[in-house]
Amino acid sequence: MNWTWFHRLGSPPSFYRFAGRLAPWLGGLGLLLLAYGWYAGLVLAPPDYQQKDAFRIIYVHVPAAAVSLSLYVLMALAGAVALIWRMKLAEAVMVATAPVGASFTALALVTGMLWGKPMWGAYWVWDARLTAELVLLFLYCGVIGLNAAFDDARAGARACALLAIVGLVNVPIVHFSVEWWNSLHQGSTILKFGKPAISADMAWPLYAGLLATYCLCGHAILRRAQNELLLRERNTRWVRELATELGGGARVS
Amino acid sequence: MKALAAIFARELRLAARAKAEWLMPPLFFVIVVTVFSFGTRPNDPQLAAFAPAVLWVGALLAALLSLERLYRTDQEDGTLEQLLVSRTALSFAVFVKGLAHWLLSGLPIVLLAAPLGLMLGLAPPHLGPLVLGLALGTPCLSFIGGFVAALTVGLPRGGALLPVLVLPLIVPVVIFGAGSVRAAQQGLDAGAPLYFLAAILTLTLTLLPWLAAAALRNAFE
Repeated sequence: MNWTWFHRLGSPPSFYRFAGRLAPWLGGLGLLLLAYGWYAGLVLAPPDYQQKDAFRIIYVHVPAAAVSLSLYVLMALAGAVALIWRMKLAEAVMVATAPVGASFTALALVTGMLWGKPMWGAYWVWDARLTAELVLLFLYCGVIGLNAAFDDARAGARACALLAIVGLVNVPIVHFSVEWWNSLHQGSTILKFGKPAISADMAWPLYAGLLATYCLCGHAILRRAQNELLLRERNTRWVRELATELGGGARVS
Repeated sequence: MKALAAIFARELRLAARAKAEWLMPPLFFVIVVTVFSFGTRPNDPQLAAFAPAVLWVGALLAALLSLERLYRTDQEDGTLEQLLVSRTALSFAVFVKGLAHWLLSGLPIVLLAAPLGLMLGLAPPHLGPLVLGLALGTPCLSFIGGFVAALTVGLPRGGALLPVLVLPLIVPVVIFGAGSVRAAQQGLDAGAPLYFLAAILTLTLTLLPWLAAAALRNAFE
């Protein structure tokens, strides 16, 4: 197997161009899927037999929650790559992922609270799933804060990588909390073996919403990673050339 | 081995010379717990129900108080560089420092917990899970906190960052530690949460010194 494409992608200038080409496609696909998912989910899908129209918040809540966990894993993996192979690109991806993941964790918590009030009668219960998700938010905030405290971007990214890897313990706890403990939060509806416990006209918009959220996250992370790379490599030739190419003065310092 | 014993002896000697430093965390623990009971009605029977949480959070805050100093003073006087260049494995040195930290700040808290528990109205049979839980949990605080202290060692704004990073990592320890006392209060078996604590302790003792050593190396690159 030929790995040159992989090594080439690992260098900041070629990743910058690659991300610049990929990001608009991901963003566009994400918006289209989101438009379908939300229209089909919020308008076309029938109301739930028990929760009536209130179940429709699932089309925001479930994708946000799924993404919050996936992005943490991505962040920790990028951190591990940054620690083991000292890859600058992995550091940039890790730093770029943290704010996106934190936002979706906060979104999952807020939509969960809004859903909890009509269904459970309380915005917040001290339940394993909710608590673990809140800890996830704190972990994201910790990574962001730690990174911001370092003056040297590379040392900061590696310190964050260590913290992210330790925090990885929390991810299976969030995912399996509804099975390990007696939880008010319901179990998984779609991500399980066998037939999904949801009818097709409710499920397809949800799948579309999930895919859309992943695409939009990919878009946001690629764009953030591009900015991070520009910031870190501001004294290199390729950034200067890029700046002159785009018509800006060569006043990058 | 000799070098590790020397590091351990050094930690204790330094503590013996600066008595105020290691006397402060236990004193702080006592004050936090008593101030909490000033905040409630006098002789409120509800206090016993909250006692596990109060004692555990007090222990946590007291541990935080001394954690920042764990590597900072060594970094300022150059000891840390010596550890980094010495032939002793850094992870073992980190382990020994964590052990000394627990002995100076964790153990007094474990010993103080029983009388404070009685003051908060805990029934004497429930003191067993409390003390046992703290004995298993406070080393976790020392080692998890030591890892975070290693991450933030060279940072000018590390002081405020440390608690923010430590507290989320400590949550499971508090849940199972206070949970064992609550289980005993409800007449349930306090064993299961204590086993969980022992499992967490085993993981922190084996994995975190290694990661803390990596963090220290990173800070000096």
